[in-house]
Amino acid sequence: MRQPAGRKSTARDSDWEGVRLHVVTGKGGTGKTTVAAALALALASGNRKVLLVEVEGRQGIAQVFDLPPLPYEERKIAVAPGGGDVYALAIDPEEAMLDYLEMFYGIKRMGKALTRMGMIDFATTIAPGLRDVLVTGKTSEAVRRRDKSGRRVYDAIVMDAPPTGRIARFLNVTQEVAGLARVGPVKNHADMVRSVLASPETAVHFVTLLEEMPVQETLDGITELRTAKLPVGGVFINMVRPTTLPDTVLDAAAADRFDLSELALGLKAAGLADGKADASLIAEALALEVSEHARRTELERRERGTLDTAGAPRYDLPLLADGVDLTGLYELAEAINEQGAA
Amino acid sequence: MSRTAPALDIDAILDDDATRIIVCCGSGGVGKTTTAAALGLRAAERGRAVVVLTVDPARRLAQSMGLTELDNTPRRITGNGSAADRVDAANGGELHAMMLDMKRTFDEIIEAHADPQRAQQILTNPFYQSLSSSFSGTQEYMAMEKLGQLRRSGDWDLIVVDTPPSRSALDFLDAPERLGRFLDGRLIRILTAPAKAGGRSAFKLLNAGFGIIAGMLTKVLGAQVLKDIQTFVSALDAVFGGFRQRAEQTYRLLQAPGTAFLVVAAPERDAMREASYFVERLADDRMPLAGVVVNRVHQASASTLSSARSYAAAEDLETRGEHDLTVAVLRLHADRMQLAAREQREQEHFTSAHPTVPLAQVPAMPEDVHDLAGLRQIGRLLAS
Ligand SMILES: Nc1ncnc2c1ncn2[C@@H]1O[C@H](COP(=O)(O)OP(=O)(O)OP(=O)(O)O)[C@@H](O)[C@H]1O
Ligand SMILES: Nc1ncnc2c1ncn2[C@@H]1O[C@H](COP(=O)(O)OP(=O)(O)OP(=O)(O)O)[C@@H](O)[C@H]1O
Ligand SMILES: [Mg+2]
Ligand SMILES: [Mg+2]
Repeated sequence: MRQPAGRKSTARDSDWEGVRLHVVTGKGGTGKTTVAAALALALASGNRKVLLVEVEGRQGIAQVFDLPPLPYEERKIAVAPGGGDVYALAIDPEEAMLDYLEMFYGIKRMGKALTRMGMIDFATTIAPGLRDVLVTGKTSEAVRRRDKSGRRVYDAIVMDAPPTGRIARFLNVTQEVAGLARVGPVKNHADMVRSVLASPETAVHFVTLLEEMPVQETLDGITELRTAKLPVGGVFINMVRPTTLPDTVLDAAAADRFDLSELALGLKAAGLADGKADASLIAEALALEVSEHARRTELERRERGTLDTAGAPRYDLPLLADGVDLTGLYELAEAINEQGAA
Repeated sequence: MSRTAPALDIDAILDDDATRIIVCCGSGGVGKTTTAAALGLRAAERGRAVVVLTVDPARRLAQSMGLTELDNTPRRITGNGSAADRVDAANGGELHAMMLDMKRTFDEIIEAHADPQRAQQILTNPFYQSLSSSFSGTQEYMAMEKLGQLRRSGDWDLIVVDTPPSRSALDFLDAPERLGRFLDGRLIRILTAPAKAGGRSAFKLLNAGFGIIAGMLTKVLGAQVLKDIQTFVSALDAVFGGFRQRAEQTYRLLQAPGTAFLVVAAPERDAMREASYFVERLADDRMPLAGVVVNRVHQASASTLSSARSYAAAEDLETRGEHDLTVAVLRLHADRMQLAAREQREQEHFTSAHPTVPLAQVPAMPEDVHDLAGLRQIGRLLAS
């Protein structure tokens, strides 16, 4: 890969070598914004320059990085572990429409007048697919952008994308604007965007939890993308809890063969129980916790098995006990780097 | 000092004939659909004629409730198999449920309010298809519309409403207004009636501008587009007068005393913060809040054994190289006690900001909730 000017990046192994646009989707609330932010940090580490974009006007990136609302402007928001820059851009469809008008028609001033009349709002709201093609178009432009000397401006772009239920339609731009324009400028624009999104330079990653609904949505989303011939990336299993109990204990508990008397003995040895009766009372209460834990672990194991059928690389991201803050994001970025996802 | 919130008496709400609508709202994935279904089942088994209006239930839950068809009409749920998997009708109640199909609901409004020819014009227009299937807020609007329809039908004495996983969780309060504003907007008026704007000068100006806009839109979007927009807008014009009015009616219905809002939340920092926001927002809109359901709360069975003592004991056994099993179990227990304490603190934090808001807790189940027996258990826990 050709490196941008003035920066020396360290080589490393990544499963997504050659990918420059990372689209992050997943069921609502599974951690799309968090994972997109951590992925951007991970990709930037080693002195790279990464752009993190958001497309739903929710200021999620600002929240995760604890910053005031981001404008429609690329600005540096964080430094990666070991050097490297993360820039952010909150894409606003109306502004993107004005960009588009200016870029292709040189009519920004007219665009402003249209905005005042509500025309831009109207067009981006109900013209089928227009909003999405503007947003993905702005992103594609950043992916392809080069500086004066012909070098890529960004090493990678990470998009905090709409949820799984809408992702295929969102990315399938040519299909989407078909009802709007079979020929003409919008169609041409959509074709350009499609050529970026469907290329091997793009990967669509899924964030999931080890729960039934998000896993099911992930599988459905992957199938949908494959049908639309869009490139499926990895599956990020978020909020993974550490396993405290050895498999033998879990298996025994799940099969109702948990060794209560051994636990009672241990409790007595640790001085946690007065006498035998007390020890077995506490042991029984603890066994209930073990059994619940075992059932949950079993369910998670099942969901992992289901995810296996998707045939996409999986990465585990730990549950951060204290919630997500900058330190937490770095921790997630490190996990991403270590597992070769970036 | 820790504060105790007033307890939320779910059965008093369910059993009160004056309660006609229960709305479950909250941020994404917290358990709105599960709570709505569990409340519906409990109310039905306590003798009420209930319909649950759900949005995107988990597949297995939908299947187990017999909601496999997305036909946008309520279906009676009886369950099948063993007694635990059937709705107990001994108290004379009934459970119905339906899954919202927003596009279908929108189509039905158009069909009901426009003559067949005009309806056809609208339904096949690409702009309509975009508005009815992807305009953010359409789902919320349609959920409110459906609620209004169900309420007007008078067929049920209790309607339990699940709300969509929204971008911001009270979209269902804002969206009808937003859609109404959109359809009522200046631009739509210009597009529909460039001719009748002759009189006033401002309108004249807009009208003159319209030619330029039209020319530009044609240039940018292609020739067919403007025609489509105009057809769509003028066709819709005939029906959308009613949109706003009905949205307002439903909004007032929600404010009425027969409605009870339940905010569903998870006992985590961000989720409780969001719950605070809902509670405040509902108060601002004068919506009747019944309380907050804190879902998926973790508890420890051996609650007398503190986390500190467990950690210490585990450490001690480990250095002695004894009782591996006990070491592992003590650590698991200690982690759980800490988690429970953290969740408790988040709830107390909420209560100190909103001391009068009743709370009910539902423990985190080890497995997903996807059948009537599971829903019944959630209902029981909610009421206890
Ligand atoms: N690994 C993690 N450990 C602990 N908390 C997490 C983790 N990942 C995400 N969260 C928390 O989960 C919540 C949801 O995360 P986030 O906002 O990233 O999800 P999202 O998928 O972008 O949600 P939405 O669908 O609303 O956009 C947030 O409160 C976030 O702080
Ligand atoms: N108390 C509980 N214990 C364990 N699992 C639960 C509990 N409540 C809900 N769940 C599970 O959590 C998942 C999400 O619940 P549910 O679908 O009700 O949430 P929701 O708020 O409606 O989500 P969305 O915002 O996506 O509509 C489901 O798989 C459900 O089975
Ligand atoms: Mg997000
Ligand atoms: Mg739901």
